[in-house]
Amino acid sequence: MNASQTSWWRDLVHKPFFWGIVAIVALLALNVIKDPGYLAISINPANGNLVGNLIDILRYAAPIMMIAIGMSLVIATGGIDLSVGSLMAVAGATSMQFLSETGDPSSVGSALTAVGLSLAIAGALGAVNGVLVAYVGLQPFIATLVLMLAGRGIAKVITGGQNTSASNDPFRWIANGYVLGIPVIFLLAVAIVLVVAWVVRRSALGLMIEAIGINPRASRMAGIRPKGLLLTAYILSGVLAGIAGLMSVGSVMTVDISRTGNQLELDAILAVVIGGASLAGGKFSLAGAFVGALMIATLDKTVLFLGISSSATPAFKAIVIVVLCLLQSSRVRGWFRRRRTPAAPAPRVEIVKEEVAA
Amino acid sequence: MTSLAAAPVEGTTGGLAPRLRRMATANPSTLPTVASVVIFVGMVIYGEVAYGRIVQFSTLSNLLINNAHLIVLAVALTFVIVTGGIDLSVGSVIAFSSVAGVMLANAGWHPALVIVVMIGAGAAFGLGSGILIRYFGVQPFIATLAMMFLGRGLASLLSTTPERLAEGSPIRALGAEWEIVDGPKVNDLVITPAVLIAAVVVAVAYFVLHRTRTGRTVYAIGGSENSALLMGLPVPRTKVLVYVISGSLAGLAAVLYTARLGTAQNITGIGWELDAIAAAVIGGTVLTGAYGYVLGSVIGALVLGLMNVLITRDGGIPPEATTIITGGILLAFVLLQRAVLARRRE
Repeated sequence: MNASQTSWWRDLVHKPFFWGIVAIVALLALNVIKDPGYLAISINPANGNLVGNLIDILRYAAPIMMIAIGMSLVIATGGIDLSVGSLMAVAGATSMQFLSETGDPSSVGSALTAVGLSLAIAGALGAVNGVLVAYVGLQPFIATLVLMLAGRGIAKVITGGQNTSASNDPFRWIANGYVLGIPVIFLLAVAIVLVVAWVVRRSALGLMIEAIGINPRASRMAGIRPKGLLLTAYILSGVLAGIAGLMSVGSVMTVDISRTGNQLELDAILAVVIGGASLAGGKFSLAGAFVGALMIATLDKTVLFLGISSSATPAFKAIVIVVLCLLQSSRVRGWFRRRRTPAAPAPRVEIVKEEVAA
Repeated sequence: MTSLAAAPVEGTTGGLAPRLRRMATANPSTLPTVASVVIFVGMVIYGEVAYGRIVQFSTLSNLLINNAHLIVLAVALTFVIVTGGIDLSVGSVIAFSSVAGVMLANAGWHPALVIVVMIGAGAAFGLGSGILIRYFGVQPFIATLAMMFLGRGLASLLSTTPERLAEGSPIRALGAEWEIVDGPKVNDLVITPAVLIAAVVVAVAYFVLHRTRTGRTVYAIGGSENSALLMGLPVPRTKVLVYVISGSLAGLAAVLYTARLGTAQNITGIGWELDAIAAAVIGGTVLTGAYGYVLGSVIGALVLGLMNVLITRDGGIPPEATTIITGGILLAFVLLQRAVLARRRE
């Protein structure tokens, strides 16, 4: 029993997202120091729903999880998708505009149509990214940068420059409803993560995506056609960003075209990096992205809880991503390695490299 | 000095046209630059025919006055892009630098010191991304994306409301309009010190990038970093330097913009990265590096500025569509570059 426990512990420590879990615990501890009752979860006697700060974090994490798993796949191919935040705004704008024009607040049909329409548009814009990257051969960050900045313009054109709001109960239920006391939005996010993980890991799709990211030449020699896979990854990222957009507008039933999904690109990238994936492409971990998204949600809520302006949170995230990039860099790893094993051959390689560089 | 920036407008009828044709035939990668000059002239003619009052002193001097900061940013991005990098942080650096500058000026600091601090803050951001990129191997767009969010977050920490520069502040003098030629009615040739500063920046950048060793090293890094290293060029130093240049110029752009507007806000400059990148790309700078012209980027900035003027004059195009059009133009030019480079490789 004891032996199996230690090996379980060792497994967890060696998981790439272990430090993400440590960060979540540390942030929660910080909140508990400020308010000892922070972790308390109570049941609302009126409707049996769970209420508490932790539940808030789970709800808040749901959209980030969506864009984070989409971003994992794109980063694994060696690319990047900077347009996810803007696609969230486009999807949110489409659904709100559609619902406000149909004007039937209880129709399930119009809610489903709004969801379908928004996801189709988000997927189509993702396909534009994919075509530019896979078939035209543009650098991924340039192809998606155009949509990152133009996407918000598209959202503005859809709503005519206004922050459209609408009322539709079934649509609202997605973001605000509860099943067995647990928020629907979180269950939905977990379900989507599981479905994507199942599809990617139970088929060769995940393996081929990783192969493209690790060595595009070798994977082509091995008979993998990168174009279709790249297109798939960007379309999937677009659709998932669309779902995230629906989740984030659903909770208030208003799209704020300049703020919905604003700067969430960094959240998605950050979640992927916290999850242990390399920005250079290759191996990805959806579980890692899941933990990363939870960590970002905890960070956001902590910053708010400590009474700092929410528009300042990007600064904290930027610091986290810089630290993580530093930890990933070979130079910093070399420093650690040298300190641990001074006689290992690794430092010598490092020194030779530096001589060349100098 | 301003004739430098405006030269292509007047020069296309004179001796510049055969020179441009020679440049285009000798080196296909100049095609985007030639295309941008043609587009600029075409836009001026179209605007004059369709809306009128484009080729006149007041419109052209306003074009320069309103886009002085964009010209400076485009020059900054030219340096970075020629090395094969990118700087996404310029917009937020402007936000941070201008909010900090206005707050310091209102706190009673000496204006010259404030300006130095504003440019220094930009240089610090540039140094940060340069070190991350050069010494820790972080991809340029990730490092500068981090700086973009850091700048925006720090600006929001300072203030989330518009900060007004005091009416009598000497910094406003940089945006003061000097009348050079007093035309009929409001049709005057007007210039501001900010435009002169932008022109000096363009001249110095032209000299550094096209006439000095540092400039040649910048091009060499964009061509092939390894070859530049083997040739013994100071690659590490230059790579950090281009980001410091870009950050400092963003700080300077913040000075020029704040002087003209008199207010600063934490949301200033959202999306200016795209404008600056688009200006550089329209002017013939290739995003994979090694090709680019300072004067081309200036024309690119003026094309974008003129586009805004035409959209305002037209009135039928919703202002929300401006970013879509900018993005579309950027995309068109990137595709044009790819086509040109692909033909070169054959």
